[in-house]
Amino acid sequence: MDELFQRLPFILEGSLITISVSLVSAAVAIVLGLITATAKLSRSRLAKGIAGVYTTVIRGVPDLVLMLLIFFGGQLLVNYIALEWFGYEDYIDVNAFIAGTLTIGFIFGAYMGETFRGAILAVPVGLLEAGYAYGMSRQQVFFRILIPQMMRHALPGIGNNWLVLMKTTALVAVIGLNEMVFRAGQAGGSTREPFVYYLVVALLFLLFTTVSIWGLRWAEKRYSVGVRTA
Amino acid sequence: MDFTPVIDNFDLYLEGLWTTVRLVFFALVFGFVLAVPFAIMRTSKNPAVNGPVWAFTYFFRGTPLLVQMFLVYYGLGQMQFMIELSQQPAFEFLQDAYWYALFAFTLNTAAYTTEIFRGAILGTPYGEVEAARACGMSKVQIYRRVILPSAFRRALPAYSNEVIFMLHGSAIASVITIVDLLGAARIINSRYFTPYEAFISVGVLYFCITFALIGGFKLLENRWFAHLRPREETTAKRKTKVSQAA
Repeated sequence: MDELFQRLPFILEGSLITISVSLVSAAVAIVLGLITATAKLSRSRLAKGIAGVYTTVIRGVPDLVLMLLIFFGGQLLVNYIALEWFGYEDYIDVNAFIAGTLTIGFIFGAYMGETFRGAILAVPVGLLEAGYAYGMSRQQVFFRILIPQMMRHALPGIGNNWLVLMKTTALVAVIGLNEMVFRAGQAGGSTREPFVYYLVVALLFLLFTTVSIWGLRWAEKRYSVGVRTA
Repeated sequence: MDFTPVIDNFDLYLEGLWTTVRLVFFALVFGFVLAVPFAIMRTSKNPAVNGPVWAFTYFFRGTPLLVQMFLVYYGLGQMQFMIELSQQPAFEFLQDAYWYALFAFTLNTAAYTTEIFRGAILGTPYGEVEAARACGMSKVQIYRRVILPSAFRRALPAYSNEVIFMLHGSAIASVITIVDLLGAARIINSRYFTPYEAFISVGVLYFCITFALIGGFKLLENRWFAHLRPREETTAKRKTKVSQAA
């Protein structure tokens, strides 16, 4: 027990890394998702095609495969580019944080794209037309009307994606980022009590999901202000 | 890119494929068997019945599969009694990581499937239950003949997602030294240092399995939901018949 309390700060520090990986990859995913959704709803065949291939591939391939591909493949690519184009001969290590957040953001961008697409379709066209009638530019209509209006429809989907995303961040332990799952492995190895440390990490994940669910409920209420229900 | 290492070692991939298929199949079967009684318990209004199952699904759905697998493999597997047990000849199979992964996956998919079935059971139109009761069926008969068959049908779309999720989730088995599909790719990558070839080829394999499964479930859905298909076709036919008769 004493050992556990000694190592608890070490694990908790790792949980901060878990949270930052989650937040950064969620931000990447939201940006990619908005781009994907606009591409899917655009009139351009090329944009539609690229977005379609992107979401299909992501749904067909396990996240760990993509992560290893980006981590190992990216490493090779970065070193190749550094050597061939810039004549840099030292070995460059790809940061696990960057590889992890990019992969998770890339994966969840596809799911967010589907969520946003549905939500954008749920916004009445009249609202957007009203915006144009006021002389707003396309960007203005997008940021001032479309996004706030579609958020209400997108929030349940974003919430689900966020909960799954947070659990997916555990995978970055596999590529060696010292977040809490990785640290639990280290602590469990040195104390020979892996069960205790993995249980602590599992409970921390439960805490994060529970808090997230509360937060999402609050946000859903906040974005539904003004919607009257029977 | 040079795919010769992949082609030369294709039997390794096939071996991995077989492990993945076995792992996913048995996890799904055992998970399903656990999920049916759990789902029935979960719909109970008695908190002593409902509560433990709620806690079980809350834990397994709220934590990453990777952590669950580590808990079972490193946590449970390295407990003194498990080590002693696995040294006995009858339990030597416990030294193989495969069983730990299978155990963790089973519990995980059982938790998700329980919640899917719970939703489907709660979605049963109450009139059907009343009708069954009016016919004098016992509680067990009502479940067996009325609630469960229609609940399974309603659960199929969500369950097919769970199957895909399990297939993709099973890739993490390679982390605990199991040579599944991804495990094979990792061996090729470390042996020849060819990340693109190894992981892209395995990604394509996973992709094909995923879409074959999705296609299979579509067929099943068409069969089971035949009565829900839009009526245009049949009414159109009937109309032509009527006009012919006239």
